Amino acid sequence: MSALGRTQTGRPNADRAVARGIRDDKVWTVFVWIMLVGGGIVMALPLLWLLTSSLKTELGVFRYPPQWIPNPPQFQNYVEAWTKKPFGTYLWNTFVILMINEVGIIFSASLVGYAFARIDFPGRDLLFSVVLATMMLPGVVTLIPRFVIYSRIGWVNTILPLTVPSFFGGGAFNIFLLRQFFRSLPAELADAARVDGASEIGIFWRIMMPLTKPALATVAVFTFIGVWNDYMGPLLYLSKDVKKYTVALGLATFRNAFAGRTRWDLIMAASTMMVAPVVLIFFLAQKNFVQGIAVSGLKG
Amino acid sequence: MSVATGLLGRLRPKTRRGRNALLGYLFISPFILGFLFFFLGPALTALWLMFYDWNMIREPLFVGLGNFTKLFRDPLFKQSLKVTAYYSLVSVPVGMVMSFLLALLMNYKTRAIAFFRTLYYIPSIVPAVANAVLWSFIFNTEFGLLNAVLRGIGLSKIKWLQDPEWAMPALIIMSLWGIGGGMVIYLAGLQGIPEPLYEAAEIDGAGRLAKLRHITIPLMSPVIFYNLIMGIIGSFQVFTAGFLITSGGPQNSTLFYVLYTYRTGIQYFDMGYASVLAWVLFLIILAFTIFVFRYVGGMVYYEDVGERA
Repeated sequence: MSALGRTQTGRPNADRAVARGIRDDKVWTVFVWIMLVGGGIVMALPLLWLLTSSLKTELGVFRYPPQWIPNPPQFQNYVEAWTKKPFGTYLWNTFVILMINEVGIIFSASLVGYAFARIDFPGRDLLFSVVLATMMLPGVVTLIPRFVIYSRIGWVNTILPLTVPSFFGGGAFNIFLLRQFFRSLPAELADAARVDGASEIGIFWRIMMPLTKPALATVAVFTFIGVWNDYMGPLLYLSKDVKKYTVALGLATFRNAFAGRTRWDLIMAASTMMVAPVVLIFFLAQKNFVQGIAVSGLKG
Repeated sequence: MSVATGLLGRLRPKTRRGRNALLGYLFISPFILGFLFFFLGPALTALWLMFYDWNMIREPLFVGLGNFTKLFRDPLFKQSLKVTAYYSLVSVPVGMVMSFLLALLMNYKTRAIAFFRTLYYIPSIVPAVANAVLWSFIFNTEFGLLNAVLRGIGLSKIKWLQDPEWAMPALIIMSLWGIGGGMVIYLAGLQGIPEPLYEAAEIDGAGRLAKLRHITIPLMSPVIFYNLIMGIIGSFQVFTAGFLITSGGPQNSTLFYVLYTYRTGIQYFDMGYASVLAWVLFLIILAFTIFVFRYVGGMVYYEDVGERA
């Protein structure tokens, strides 16, 4: 809304609009701010509730009206929640799965994405629409038979079902993202390298990949969030052995860890510990992240 | 790396096209293999399993169309369809409208806007498990935040998660907390609309509503369309919330379709029937997608192509 100042152009519609615009602006501004702040409070409320509850005493959680600033704040809830169940083990398990996934996805998705972007091979467009189609298929259809197959080959109760697939393309979304990004890199670089006698793979590895760092960072962040948040996967394949649980599984079963007395204060502390890394990574990678979503959202 | 170039050297297709073909297929081989082993293979296996009765322990028993007749007689199947439809038909449109409006709001040019954008976006990246746990507490009848607010403004408590009437609305409310995800996508789209278009409209006397109707929405229609499709597909596949917060209850009022399929296959080991359920869901989603593409797709305005017939 530009403040156009005083303009008399002799065009009645335009003049009215300008006058209206200036008057409207002030009302609008107030309205917008009310919505922003009001909505912001509503949005933040659950998170604030999470934090305050995590710092309350066992009985403080049950007080009505609820205290918003616990006094004194029970920071030891975090320690108690951490040790009540072996969250250290859970964290390590999650970390292992995460690292394997990161390696697998970054390598295979960039290989595949580069091919779709810069190598002209027969059937390329058809195959790419197959890639896109896999994004739309509900996971349920493959869920049951994959479980069956994995149990036949003895992969249930291991992390293999959660890690091996990442080496095979890493998911349509990542392939798509990297393909779009590779396409934005100048083709002349490859041409120049070819003239100098570089092999295609050399071009890929030594020239294109180093330039792809922002996109790779985005993929890495998405992969982190995917692995960290994954509940169904660990539920299917790791739930028999408590020592193999991930953080997600650990938190989900945490509620039943108390015989009779549900310690909401500890549960909230544990939940905060699960939420914190995701929020942290988001802040660290913010620029790449929002950009990545925008690219996929717009071009989708 | 040198192994692969050596391979290329040995096979050495004669034409550039041949070389590119070999290279291309080599590079995408991980995807092809993955597609076969983790996607097509399992999907076809499910297609085959549909005609058998198998509980993973004894031999599969051929039952022909038995699982399908079971489907028609299954009240829980119908219930889960109803539940999932209820959730989709409310959460998708409401969520889309709200996140669109939110994006319009977030386009407001002020220095603090980055703070607000982040604030509204963060809830959408909270892990599903933590979300489920947190909202279980928020909806707690005695000590939860929502009832505290209700009591604070003088209304009586609602038995959110224990009342079949309120359990689904509770989950829908929970899903609306995550509208920041859609908001970000809309926001990116909004920022792609050239400012001169609005200025030209202003000069012609267009008010806010007119600008919205004639500039913003048409130019945003591809993004809206995308969000609609992804929203529908996503809403049909809700699992964690139903599993962790209400376990499908109370009285099956939150028995999401995927939850029911999971239960059938992984808890009751009725593999054949679970495969039928899975494929039926696929067909439903496919039908919906085709429907939306055909009837809503025509309303989408593409900047380079104009309106499709």
